Amino acid sequence: MELTGAQALIKSLEQEGVETVFGLPGGAILPVYDPLIDSTIRHILVRHEQGAGHMAEGYALATGRAGVAIVTSGPGATNIVTPIANAHMDSTPLVVITGQVPTGSIGSDAFQECDITGITSGITKHNFLVKSAGELPRAIAAAFHLATTGRPGPVLVDVPKDVSQSKMEWWWPSSIEDLDLPGYHPEVELDEDAIAAAIALIETAQRPVLYVGGGTLKSRASKELLAFAERTNMPVVTTLMARGAFPDSHPQHLGMPGMHGFYTAVTAMQKSDLLISLGARFDDRVTGRLDGFALDAKVIHVDIDRAEFNKVRRADVALHGQVAAIISALDAGLEKTSHYEPWWRQLRDWQASYPLAYDEPVADGPLRPQAVVEAIAQRAEPGTIVAAGVGQHQMWAAQHWRYEEPGTWINSGGAGTMGFGVPAAIGAKVGRPDRTVWAIDGDGCFQMTAQELVTARSEGIPIKVAILNNAYLGMVRQWQEMFYDERYSEVYLSPDLPDYVKWAEAMGCVGLRATNLDEMKRVIDEANSINDVPVVIDFRTDATEKVFPMVPSGETNDAIMVHPSQRGGAS
Amino acid sequence: MSPAAEPFVGATSSTPVRHHILSVLVENKAGALSRIAGLFARRGFNIYSLAVAPAERHQRFSRVTIVVDAESAPLEQIVGQLEKLVNVVAISDLAPRNALERELLIATIQVNVNNRRTLLNDIESLGASIVDVDAFGLTVMLAGTPGACDELERRLDNYDEVEIHRTGRVALPRLGPRLVD
Repeated sequence: MELTGAQALIKSLEQEGVETVFGLPGGAILPVYDPLIDSTIRHILVRHEQGAGHMAEGYALATGRAGVAIVTSGPGATNIVTPIANAHMDSTPLVVITGQVPTGSIGSDAFQECDITGITSGITKHNFLVKSAGELPRAIAAAFHLATTGRPGPVLVDVPKDVSQSKMEWWWPSSIEDLDLPGYHPEVELDEDAIAAAIALIETAQRPVLYVGGGTLKSRASKELLAFAERTNMPVVTTLMARGAFPDSHPQHLGMPGMHGFYTAVTAMQKSDLLISLGARFDDRVTGRLDGFALDAKVIHVDIDRAEFNKVRRADVALHGQVAAIISALDAGLEKTSHYEPWWRQLRDWQASYPLAYDEPVADGPLRPQAVVEAIAQRAEPGTIVAAGVGQHQMWAAQHWRYEEPGTWINSGGAGTMGFGVPAAIGAKVGRPDRTVWAIDGDGCFQMTAQELVTARSEGIPIKVAILNNAYLGMVRQWQEMFYDERYSEVYLSPDLPDYVKWAEAMGCVGLRATNLDEMKRVIDEANSINDVPVVIDFRTDATEKVFPMVPSGETNDAIMVHPSQRGGAS
Repeated sequence: MSPAAEPFVGATSSTPVRHHILSVLVENKAGALSRIAGLFARRGFNIYSLAVAPAERHQRFSRVTIVVDAESAPLEQIVGQLEKLVNVVAISDLAPRNALERELLIATIQVNVNNRRTLLNDIESLGASIVDVDAFGLTVMLAGTPGACDELERRLDNYDEVEIHRTGRVALPRLGPRLVD
């Protein structure tokens, strides 16, 4: 069967089972958009290429499948660099297809030319510049294989215009060998000696902590984790990237560790004698100052990426492989278990002394942002998905919502990409139309990517957006208040410029506003009753609210600052 | 540090203190070398020298011999990150004591006929040979150990007009198993 390169590209996506792509056409990718008309694949036309990338990420994080974006060359390609970098930091499977100028023009500074494979070589797992139409099926199949196996990540396929226009004889790779990836071997054999060494450490530990990272979700290991945790009675912490990997309602769950983690989660790691890291990478936001981090702890480090071992923290035992398989192997080999009663007494004591806290709500506003998150959570049906931007609102959403299952928390962790929330929520809703999806956003973040609500309205994707509008770049404001003598530099945004309700309405959404507790409850109920169009709520929140607990930057986790109402005694 | 920016640090200051030789087999694909160079640059690993050529009998692969500064980053990190490059097929880490290292140096020296005898004395004991001659000077070459090349370079410092090129070293394990068959 003779096809054009463009037809072969679309057919390759169909072969990979792709149902939805996010994109925006342009000159160099034009040929690819023609066969899309005849395809079963749904294309969602975004308003900015960054939106396509974050939507693909949201889709991937909600479904566990690769998200796909198609954009044109030059600025189309550079506009999606931020989502690619974001996906690379958070190991999110993404396949990004970019148009490129014709092969004969490459290197001539042609119109809308840019070296996107060069630009993204450091922020993709791999990328391809396809030189002939016959190579397209292999490049697409290899891109999906690379994006979704081993440590997942973004893969970019750059397709010159003449390649998509020229003819090829259709074929499809029938095996992994056909992908021609001689340097890629994601499958790992378990090291039995290392498993035995890990079990020996576990059997002598008095104060263990299961330190659960995003790799546990990527490895779909929640079931194994729950069984292992319950059998061993070990305490569990879930990092920002792992919220939902272990139910927040579970009594063994101490919550999120890190710079804005729960006191008990942070301190448990700090005082632990054995950290069992499951797909986590000892990120600086978790460890605080490294030379004071968990000094008594031995480390069992489980990861699919060997380069994570000893990168930040020396591992006493490194276990290379999929988290799920390794937890099962540990479970099978472990004979002696302990109840860790003295350890749990200590942990319960900390929990009782330092629960999450914030100031009492005041009836006539301004609203406490934490109370807004809790009110939305209380009124949300089980399984609701939450997507966040980056900043204070993200931390409050991570702290005050209870995540019970994988894929319900979607955020930008490693890269900290402001503006992630709205498009990621749209992508998540496309992937899981059966679920309610809330974007919990900040006013600063919302202004970066809000135009994608036009996409949401026109494509019939009814997400709900809660703007915690404190009129500031809140996290920066918090640092300036605490560490720069309240010298506020370029952080004020204004509560009503733009008018978020009018802006929402202009984009075809329902716009609501709440300035006090009564209005807050009423507008949340109203938003929950609307299921056909996107809803945006402008919650006027207290600008002076700060995220606590907090480990100041550059300090060890021992310096954790709890809410002012809890200070005076310990900490 | 990318090899383009600071390629010959090791060549002028003799062998780095704690260096390791990585013999890296890579797919012969566009951009493969720049992926390696880019990885070293963005992770802050230092390269002392880098030599690339098609690998023996394998048209599909090239062999990249990288002398790395094992003080700029733990070798385990460097190898671990390199392994993740999809185009990298195999990495062999050669500790200097287990490696047979060779390098090629060529140099053109502007030297008049009267002074050539001294020059010949200087270079011949190192095993260097003359490969080109004219009325104004001569070109010599030495294929030898990096130490011998360093010594030759030191001796050539005594001459005013000298142009020296070195290839960076290549290496194989001493009587060990082959990298690729």
